[in-house]
Amino acid sequence: MIQDAVGAALILVGALFMGIAGIGLLRMPDLFMRMSCTTKASTLGMGFLMMAVAVRFPNLGTMTRALAITLFVFLTSPVAAHMIARAAYVSGVPLWKKTVADQLCNQYDRCTCTLESCPLVDDGELKDSREAGIGEEMATTPEDKKPKSK
Amino acid sequence: MNGVFDTVLSAGMAILTATVLMAFLRLVKGPSLPDRVVALDIMSVTALGIIALYVMDTGEVIFLDVALIVALVSFLGTVAFAYYVERGQRESGGSE
Repeated sequence: MIQDAVGAALILVGALFMGIAGIGLLRMPDLFMRMSCTTKASTLGMGFLMMAVAVRFPNLGTMTRALAITLFVFLTSPVAAHMIARAAYVSGVPLWKKTVADQLCNQYDRCTCTLESCPLVDDGELKDSREAGIGEEMATTPEDKKPKSK
Repeated sequence: MNGVFDTVLSAGMAILTATVLMAFLRLVKGPSLPDRVVALDIMSVTALGIIALYVMDTGEVIFLDVALIVALVSFLGTVAFAYYVERGQRESGGSE
């Protein structure tokens, strides 16, 4: 009886998290914002559903399998999301036009395909010019993207 | 109590089906290739949830092994797509 109650609560919470992930995947304006909500919410919802399985069938084999699936997804989902986000940023997927900060703005060299960590931070003058460059690109990027997309 | 559990199971299955549908819409209209890869990833994770609900519905615990294999293949597919996207950009960027 208490197993049914706890299992039903876990199923409800997990399904709601996965539904939130689906809504975020459909409604968010940007690839990176979509990944930000879907990866975390869907992984957590799947963990809740596997815990519901472990509560519903409390024997050793089933609980071990549910825990193994949960651990595997919790380990691999951030890795996969990081690789996709890196590939998307490197291949030039456009950011949302209201994006405030793009911290990797001038640090990726498209000719040599290397990502500098922070190249201009030791010189105050160059750092100021880099910040000016970021603001300039923020101002010009939406106008540059719009005619190409239409 | 069993009726309540079955109702919650049906509601969870409905929500997960709606999630798969929304991910499929993103897969159809996603503007770039990484959007589609993310939609496929979410669809596979939702498939894991559907397998969990099916296991609780029927009591066939053996399908948890299927869920483990689905998780493994989904991770490998996502990594392969990321490698493909990044290498394709790298080769085109190097030729320019």
